[in-house]
Amino acid sequence: MLNNLEYPLDNTIILRKKKSIKKELLLKDNFLEKNIAILGGSTTSEIKNILELFLLNNGIKPNFYESEYNKYHEDALFGNDELDKFKPDIIYIHTTSINITKYPDINDTEEEVNKVISNEIEKYKSIWNSLSKYNCVIVQNNFDYTMDRSLGNLDCYDIHGKTYFINLLNQQFAINARKLKNLYINDINYLSSYLGLKNWFDKSLWHQAKYALSMDSIPELCFNVSKIINSIFGKTKKCLVLDLDNTCWGGIIGDDGLDGIHIGTETAIAESYTSFQKYVKELKDRGITLSVCSKNDFKNAKEGFSHPDSILKLEDFTSFKANWDPKHQNIQDIAKEVNIGIDSLVFIDDNPVERDIVFSQVPSVSVPNVGDDVIHFIDHIDKNGYFEPITLSVDDINRNKYYEDNKKREVQQATFKSYDDFLFSLNMTADIKTFSSVYLDRITQLANKTNQFNLTTKRYTAGEIENIKASDNYIKIYGKLTDKYGDNGLIAITIGRLENSVCHIDLWLMSCRVLKRDMEFAMLDELVQESKKRGITEIVGYYYKSAKNNMVSSLYEKFGFTKSKTNDEDTIWKLEITHYEKKNKFIRINND
Amino acid sequence: MTKEEIFTGVQEIFRDIFDEDDIVIENKTTSDDIEDWDSLNHINLVSAIEKEFKIKFALGELMSLKDVGGMIDLIVEKLK
Repeated sequence: MLNNLEYPLDNTIILRKKKSIKKELLLKDNFLEKNIAILGGSTTSEIKNILELFLLNNGIKPNFYESEYNKYHEDALFGNDELDKFKPDIIYIHTTSINITKYPDINDTEEEVNKVISNEIEKYKSIWNSLSKYNCVIVQNNFDYTMDRSLGNLDCYDIHGKTYFINLLNQQFAINARKLKNLYINDINYLSSYLGLKNWFDKSLWHQAKYALSMDSIPELCFNVSKIINSIFGKTKKCLVLDLDNTCWGGIIGDDGLDGIHIGTETAIAESYTSFQKYVKELKDRGITLSVCSKNDFKNAKEGFSHPDSILKLEDFTSFKANWDPKHQNIQDIAKEVNIGIDSLVFIDDNPVERDIVFSQVPSVSVPNVGDDVIHFIDHIDKNGYFEPITLSVDDINRNKYYEDNKKREVQQATFKSYDDFLFSLNMTADIKTFSSVYLDRITQLANKTNQFNLTTKRYTAGEIENIKASDNYIKIYGKLTDKYGDNGLIAITIGRLENSVCHIDLWLMSCRVLKRDMEFAMLDELVQESKKRGITEIVGYYYKSAKNNMVSSLYEKFGFTKSKTNDEDTIWKLEITHYEKKNKFIRINND
Repeated sequence: MTKEEIFTGVQEIFRDIFDEDDIVIENKTTSDDIEDWDSLNHINLVSAIEKEFKIKFALGELMSLKDVGGMIDLIVEKLK
């Protein structure tokens, strides 16, 4: 990670040194290559250049298509060969309020005003609709306010006002984005307010070069777009790791005692820590996992959260490391305990020495330079978009409950004679069924963020998943697992591509939440059964080695497949299924 | 700020924008002499200069700039 591509951005450096920054970023490898088409309603040249930096910084290597100046509408509606050939994974529509075709006339009746609004919305709907043929993600700007408002304050509530008009358009965009699966809004209305409209737009630059925003705003815009793209490709973080003293509360619990720490509403300092805790709690409530990593006596550390004014409680934390070991070791233990990749962690600590040791020893952990004033902590988490969600799924919101349930399972496990006894006692039931519409969002999400238990790490857009669902050339099954402690949700996906009498496993993944529960055997049983129904005699499995999927390198061997080919560390496996015997012993299956 | 200092500052900007550490500009250098100096990079140069010297060019002024010498003179003028 290059520091100058993180909050707070140094726009001057980014704009001036973009070429050398790019060179430096390209020294890394293992990029995920993606085709990104930019359809601009104004000049996009520098947007393309800077967006490239932010994506490279997150391991995504973009190939770009840029529409000709202000040809976004034509490109979208009538298509063109070049765009067809380009096969975009993402189309970014960079339109702003300068692209609004017509504002209401000052003499228009309310009915006429509504007509103008619906005309403008219809234009964009037809664009999105027409682009749906590419089956790709569409990132669409909403609208910034115009610099000038000849109606003054009245502009925001009179039906002829531009501000009023733009608010309605943005509301309509929001409604459409909730409906259309592939449409994501890049909220420039928020961004321009955050930066200040007078900094956002540069009249001189508009007239000279047709940029619809100031040069300094370009890195901010690109940063924002890159957060959405990162999230789509599963590059967001999952766990927030917090120091305690002078991070979660003011003061030192070990020295000052429970009565001495600052939290609550009594003083300005206490209030500022309370604000931080409230923000963290919001993250937790929508599915971000919280952990503590603090140099403290465990007993003292825990006591801090028993403070009556503490927003965060002990049970909000999935992993709690309060001891005197070096923090980089504790952080690695946290990743193991929560069962996520070390690059899914964000570490917040007011102490620069601790930040430094974690950053230097485990560089894949995100360690923002938060300083030592709690006032700034939220900005570093919020504006870096570490936890940017693209949707809020029920599953995300419940994620922390799954971890809590898992803890109970672990306690149980210790009391059984054998692991089989334990599995039996869990009383597991699985739904293993063919893809259905209600689960497509979750399936797409899981396909794009599962790294460890994933044999091919093949990523899919929502459109591709939808096509697979509709096609007879695939066996496509998902698995949901329930046990006596709770519902684990949808946690396994298998996609088999059928060719003649062979089923090729394009995708085989499972959430690590249900490791060692024999769910993979239940999935294999179902895949074999479905294959037999279709006259398939052989199943071919592929293991493509990635930086993170070592745990499944011998899965097919465990399944009884025979290795048929080895390319470096990638392997291909075959299974003749005529005499297949069911492998799952512990899970009851619903598959009707 | 002396004219030499301005000249050095402008040269630094050219080197950053075109990412070539050995670019040497002269008064008579024009966009014909530097391959990547197109209209879009011209805008990038001008923005960087405005920021570096904390000045703003008026609309017409930019179009009339023919070479680096003209650019430097204009900066000197603005800084007075």
